[in-house]
Amino acid sequence: MIPAWQRKDGRKGIRNVVAVCYLVECAHHVARRIVDKADRTDVQLIGFPGCYPNSYADKMMKAIAAHPNLGGLVIVSLGCESFNREGLARVAEASGRPVETLVIQEVGGTAATIEAGLAAVSRVRAEADKAERTTMAVDELVIGTICGGSDGTSGITANPAVGRAFDRFVDEGATCIFEETGELVGCEAIMADRAVTPELGRELMASVQKAERYYTIMGFGSFAPGNAEGGLTTQEEKSMGAYSKSGSSPISGIVRPAEIPPSNGLYLLDVVPDGEPRFGFPNISDNAEIVELIACGSHVVLFTTGRGSVVGSAISPVIKICANPDTARRLAADMDVNAGRILDGEATLDAVGTEIYERTLAVAGGEPSVSEALGHQEFILTYKSFEPTGPACLPRARAA
Amino acid sequence: MKLVLLHPDDNILIVTAALAPGDTVEIEGQNVTIGKAVDIGHKLARRPLQAGDKVYRYGAPIGSMTQAAQTGEHVHLHNMKSDYIPTHSRDTVEQRNA
Repeated sequence: MIPAWQRKDGRKGIRNVVAVCYLVECAHHVARRIVDKADRTDVQLIGFPGCYPNSYADKMMKAIAAHPNLGGLVIVSLGCESFNREGLARVAEASGRPVETLVIQEVGGTAATIEAGLAAVSRVRAEADKAERTTMAVDELVIGTICGGSDGTSGITANPAVGRAFDRFVDEGATCIFEETGELVGCEAIMADRAVTPELGRELMASVQKAERYYTIMGFGSFAPGNAEGGLTTQEEKSMGAYSKSGSSPISGIVRPAEIPPSNGLYLLDVVPDGEPRFGFPNISDNAEIVELIACGSHVVLFTTGRGSVVGSAISPVIKICANPDTARRLAADMDVNAGRILDGEATLDAVGTEIYERTLAVAGGEPSVSEALGHQEFILTYKSFEPTGPACLPRARAA
Repeated sequence: MKLVLLHPDDNILIVTAALAPGDTVEIEGQNVTIGKAVDIGHKLARRPLQAGDKVYRYGAPIGSMTQAAQTGEHVHLHNMKSDYIPTHSRDTVEQRNA
């Protein structure tokens, strides 16, 4: 059993983080200084930079305010931004978390708010430390996966090894989420065959077609110059490798950012906005997707990399699985698992899959992941727009 | 063993350890001498490929040849393209922004 924190809404967390959340870039400096001065790994900075309203960011932040890994929340508002700070505080309170709100224009400016914020963090931290302890089983875990800095080795080592681990987690009743429909372009037909219903299969096809159209209008695929330097030539080649992270379990549904999968099993996270492109690229960097996986309830995120990404995340631990043996040697101190050993003939896919499974349970059990130990707490939230998810996407949702 | 065949239908092989000019590799019973350095994760032609041929990896099409390639030749941006969305390198990004 995994040691955990019991939340009042019934969910269980594997971390007990106090987040200091700025609601507009104008409050970022004050929030950052509060976190810096608190100087604890379990007090972390999150925020949204925009002043204009955005229902996606509002929904995302509320999902994080109720995330099971969150122990408490300190909200830092400038005062005149459009973000609804009362609404956010209510969500945290309703799910049983201690929350305090500081409004810079009311508290009296930068220095006064930093001081008040530090005191608020102490109180919220002390309250969060009183949260009830419990244990959780594998079938209560939500696990996300993403690849970043992919190269020609990603699709033959780290990604299929995560697929093996995902198959085992799904077999044992966990909830697993894979993502980036823009990196499934070319895989839509084979993926649709794995849907639990024909209607869901059509929705899976449509989600990838939406991504292809969106990225084509942007003029760029989900493909960085480094991917090509690492031997990947086309979007569909990268996609086939990325797709293998999903393993071979049936696909139970499609969620959008900040939606919690309604059952256990394997889910696709559709990260590409709906409608005409309005706010630019769907995912400006890997952390934009990591935050979305976390907002969908991921307790932990499995991150595969070939070129060598070093990022982690606020709120949920990120586990790094290195695909490329040369990168694994160069960036050894940033990686949890070296899947490059497969190309060196030192390990099989199944053995690395087992290692990922075991590492995930160890990190869920409280052992820091490498990125966590290095202090990585990246967080990025931008503008997007989504339409409500239709019933065909969620065939395993309980009837209301 | 510096090359791997991922699927019997594939017409490319994946380099699993960096190749230097002058290295020889065996492809389908034929000894091929490497002309220029090819890094890990890159692709070599498993057989002669013509412009317009689909390229197969994992048994699935991953794009089309834009030029012919001999057995053992590097298959990448210079002789292959996506059938979906064009690939950008740092050079083409610069050209596009110019």
